[in-house]
Amino acid sequence: MGETILRMHGIQKYFPGVHALDNAQLEVRSGEVLALIGENGAGKSTLMKILTGVYTKDDGVIEYFGEQIEINSPKDAQDRGISIVHQELNLMQDLTVAENIFIGREPSKGLFLDKAKQNQMAQELLDSLHLHISPTTVVKRLTVAKQQMVEIAKSLSFNNTKVLIMDEPSAALTESEIEDLFVFIRRLKATGVGIIYISHRMDELKEITDRITVMRDGQYVDTVDTASTPMEEIVKMMVGRTIYEEPKSQSNVAPDAPVILECEGLVSDDVKNVSFKLKKGEILGFAGLMGAGRTETMRLVCGADKRDAGTIKVNGKEVKIHSPKDAVAAGIGYLSEDRKRFGLCLGLSVADNTAMAALDSLSGPIFVSDKKIEARAQEYVDKIRTKTPSVKTLVRSLSGGNQQKVVISKWLLRDCDILIFDEPTRGIDVGAKSEIYKLMNQLAAEGKSIIMISSELPELLRMSDRIMVMCEGRVTGELDIAEATQENIMTFATKREVG
Amino acid sequence: MEKLGNKKLDMQKLLAPLALVILYVAFSIIGGKKFFSVDMVKNILESSYYIGFMAFGVTFIIITGGIDLSLGTVMMCAALLGAYTFKQLHFPLIISIFVTLLVGTAFGFLNGNLVARLKLPPFISTLGTMMMSQGIGSIITKVQSQTWPTATEPVGGWFKKVFIRCDLFGIKAFPVGALWLVAFFIIASMILHKTKFGRYTFAIGSNEEAARLSGINVDAWKVAVYTLSGFFVGMAGLMYAAAYTTITPGTGNGQEMNGITGVVIGGTSMAGGSGTMVGTLIGVFIMSVLKNGLSAVGLQAPWQTFFTGLVVIGAVLLDIQRTKAANRVKKS
Repeated sequence: MGETILRMHGIQKYFPGVHALDNAQLEVRSGEVLALIGENGAGKSTLMKILTGVYTKDDGVIEYFGEQIEINSPKDAQDRGISIVHQELNLMQDLTVAENIFIGREPSKGLFLDKAKQNQMAQELLDSLHLHISPTTVVKRLTVAKQQMVEIAKSLSFNNTKVLIMDEPSAALTESEIEDLFVFIRRLKATGVGIIYISHRMDELKEITDRITVMRDGQYVDTVDTASTPMEEIVKMMVGRTIYEEPKSQSNVAPDAPVILECEGLVSDDVKNVSFKLKKGEILGFAGLMGAGRTETMRLVCGADKRDAGTIKVNGKEVKIHSPKDAVAAGIGYLSEDRKRFGLCLGLSVADNTAMAALDSLSGPIFVSDKKIEARAQEYVDKIRTKTPSVKTLVRSLSGGNQQKVVISKWLLRDCDILIFDEPTRGIDVGAKSEIYKLMNQLAAEGKSIIMISSELPELLRMSDRIMVMCEGRVTGELDIAEATQENIMTFATKREVG
Repeated sequence: MEKLGNKKLDMQKLLAPLALVILYVAFSIIGGKKFFSVDMVKNILESSYYIGFMAFGVTFIIITGGIDLSLGTVMMCAALLGAYTFKQLHFPLIISIFVTLLVGTAFGFLNGNLVARLKLPPFISTLGTMMMSQGIGSIITKVQSQTWPTATEPVGGWFKKVFIRCDLFGIKAFPVGALWLVAFFIIASMILHKTKFGRYTFAIGSNEEAARLSGINVDAWKVAVYTLSGFFVGMAGLMYAAAYTTITPGTGNGQEMNGITGVVIGGTSMAGGSGTMVGTLIGVFIMSVLKNGLSAVGLQAPWQTFFTGLVVIGAVLLDIQRTKAANRVKKS
């Protein structure tokens, strides 16, 4: 393994109310793949944003080839040879591969673009990376994996990249595409580039990385050699002081509990004949990889998207759900994974957001009653312990966990009996997470029925009474909590073809 | 952090009234007696009536995150067709007044459907209805100017008395229009700040998708917002008619800016989701002081147009700064 290229240590970053990075550190050597892992909210992306100049650090040192440097802007980082390939692709779909690679710095002949030269330069670059992609292909005709490699090629085409950050590069790829990606990464590594590889998939880390740096709650935990460290140990480091309680050992729901929601044969572009039942007082987990169609299914249930086929029964009676209004009337409340986009009016107060779905019951013949609204909102602030200076505070100024609680209050105030939690703990710090868990358990115990979509298996195993597993728009498995393990869930989640 | 934010907002609340006072004092100093007179106050009031009604209506639309460029021409179209039915078709005046309101409301309803049901961008759809309304007025009147009754006319002489001025409370030429303006200001504020309609207006402007997922029938409420605004534009048509009597086809273009600028100066964000009716009222007076002040200091119509443009840019710049500041708070 080569010399150390990059060393970050003592990195501090504060956001109002959050100590996002506390003494974070990282070391990258030439010609290695360093995995950077940690749970959501561990500070990986904040650290990477500091390295690429998106954020500036509040304290700490970045050493690059032995020299202490400051990175003040993304351009700074790029000029020094630090590049990042984002999880979402940033290519322009209608332009060619060559045009995408050289966008903003096209070779020209006088006033005109020199297309021939551009294509030739792109060809050289692609050849040097052993990529069999034609520079004149329009990007949208490439597979996602190929597009990703174009993106990588693009980032390498800037002044000889020394450090390449790859943020969950395999998330959207199929098995064989991932193999291609790994071949490519190995080749890249041989040229002496240091690669920081962010991923959640343990099996991948074993295969492609040399060392693993673990972060937790904004702090550096340890760096270990991949080959000589058992995976269990790494997981233990990630989870740390076991914030997760033990998985539920058995369902809390009586086998004869009434079915409250029954969906049959739901179909849309991304959902292929999905059926499931939800019992009263149950927490039904939905597991699956990205793109499994879990959110898409739930958007059909709550009327956000139109379904092509399928029936939805609530309490045994079929309900016509054509819009969110119908779903809300049927007592179905949806908490989106992206609460800022789909859940909240950030510029309005806690009270107004809480009352939003239930204004009918909070207004007289003409006027709304602010008194009633504020009183009811306060009731739920107290009930689920939302931390807010007052119910008149704008939702925008609350922390993520408390914003989430405002959305929950909204559905509780509307008296929804079926609550769909889509990644309820995403972007929420650890303490707030366990509060949300407590709240969900409390709600289930009160007789609310809950669907929980989550990509974090430990979370699903801890919370669910039963788990549905989806893959590519289909339900591929159903597990009672007593028999569910991370392993059998993953087996179903990757079961691409089903008979 | 939050305290700081509130303080800034308070500053901005003060900004508009302050600008109004400064503007008035400045014109008084430059214009001297000519500006500082009862007549001038009356002029300012009278031109604020129709701007005010336009602005009240469009405040709702802007808070939903939309815009209405057809305000000015729809106002003229409504006043024109009202006068046409009165003068040419000899409708009773009360029916003509009703026609005027109906034309405004109908265009609002059309705008609402274009925006909410057919999903056209508000900018484009109201640009379309702007030209349509201008065209329709000219087509029906065959490009002839139409007049509403003056105060001395035997038939319908009450029109001006009811809407603009008459001897009332022992005061000669009492500005009745101001009463209408205040009355509808109160109604508009109540609707915006105290009803479900108003609450949904804010919710839609703040986050339309979140509102929809909360079970709010966003499309229907948007149609209602544009329709209500249309009614206010019809009212603006009546006030314009009562103040200026003669309505010329093919005009009204550009008047919408007086209304929209008034709203934005008054602190309503073009990004939607925030605003107040009081702010709009003050913004309207700023526009009307500016209009009359410029002519009082001897700067005629072209200058007024020029300065209105300048104020539009200034107001929107201010709005962008405000939005940026709000977003900064959001991130943290």
